[in-house]
Amino acid sequence: MIPGLLGAVVDLNRTPYIVHWGWLQITLGNLVVIALMVVVFVVALLAPFPGRSRR
Amino acid sequence: MSRSWTGRLRRVVVRDLPPEKLLPDEQPAWVSSWAYVFGALTIGALLVVILSGMALAFEGPTWWHTSSAGLFVNSLHLWSVELFFFFMVLHLWAQFFMASWRGGRSFTWMVGAIAFVASIGTAFTGYLSQQNFDSQWIGTQAKDGLNAAGIGAFFNVLDFGQMLLWHVMLLPLALAVLVGLHLLLVRKHGVVEPLPARTGGRIDASADVGAVGRTEPTEAP
Repeated sequence: MIPGLLGAVVDLNRTPYIVHWGWLQITLGNLVVIALMVVVFVVALLAPFPGRSRR
Repeated sequence: MSRSWTGRLRRVVVRDLPPEKLLPDEQPAWVSSWAYVFGALTIGALLVVILSGMALAFEGPTWWHTSSAGLFVNSLHLWSVELFFFFMVLHLWAQFFMASWRGGRSFTWMVGAIAFVASIGTAFTGYLSQQNFDSQWIGTQAKDGLNAAGIGAFFNVLDFGQMLLWHVMLLPLALAVLVGLHLLLVRKHGVVEPLPARTGGRIDASADVGAVGRTEPTEAP
């Protein structure tokens, strides 16, 4: 069920949408992954680590 | 004192990697940050990659292309590779902005960088080993670039047998050695401390977050 739902949200079998930005060309999927990595990186820097406040 | 190579090797290993360094149960206080978790997550993803890859190697292409279990393990292999690269790049960013080559750790940094390149080669040959239209497309696109680079004569991306053996034998072996060496070097030199905080252009070593000198131990995550 979950794979079916995910497949309905993101169809990985279709032709990818390519973002054109000057000289830069990148598929939307790769752009989303890079953006997600930046978000995770920033959250990792800012989010409190469990147990750190005890010291 | 023995002058044999085994004796010399034992003395070097015992000196550089005593048990408390090899399997530490305490870490410096600055390690209590999510930024230090990405390396461990990369190793975790790599273990899933290796285990799912071994299952694929045992069963073969017909299994991974046609049966439900084979398709599941095939997908597991793909998505664990995606996570492996996801976390490895985050680990690279964290270590780069921390200048983790400081304090005699330049060899650790270089081994990690070479492991990153070896990972790209391993993933690339994996895409070429899928035995579907994707792999044919990638192979025919890549051959021009590799021929232009002058290595197409002995690394033929259109030779499925060669690419499969690179993917399941040579590159995983190299990657395992590099990752193992990287881990041992991290254990030998310890986890790098954060950069000292800068306040108004001056380095403030007494600042709280990540300050050098906060060395009270904490339990390893």
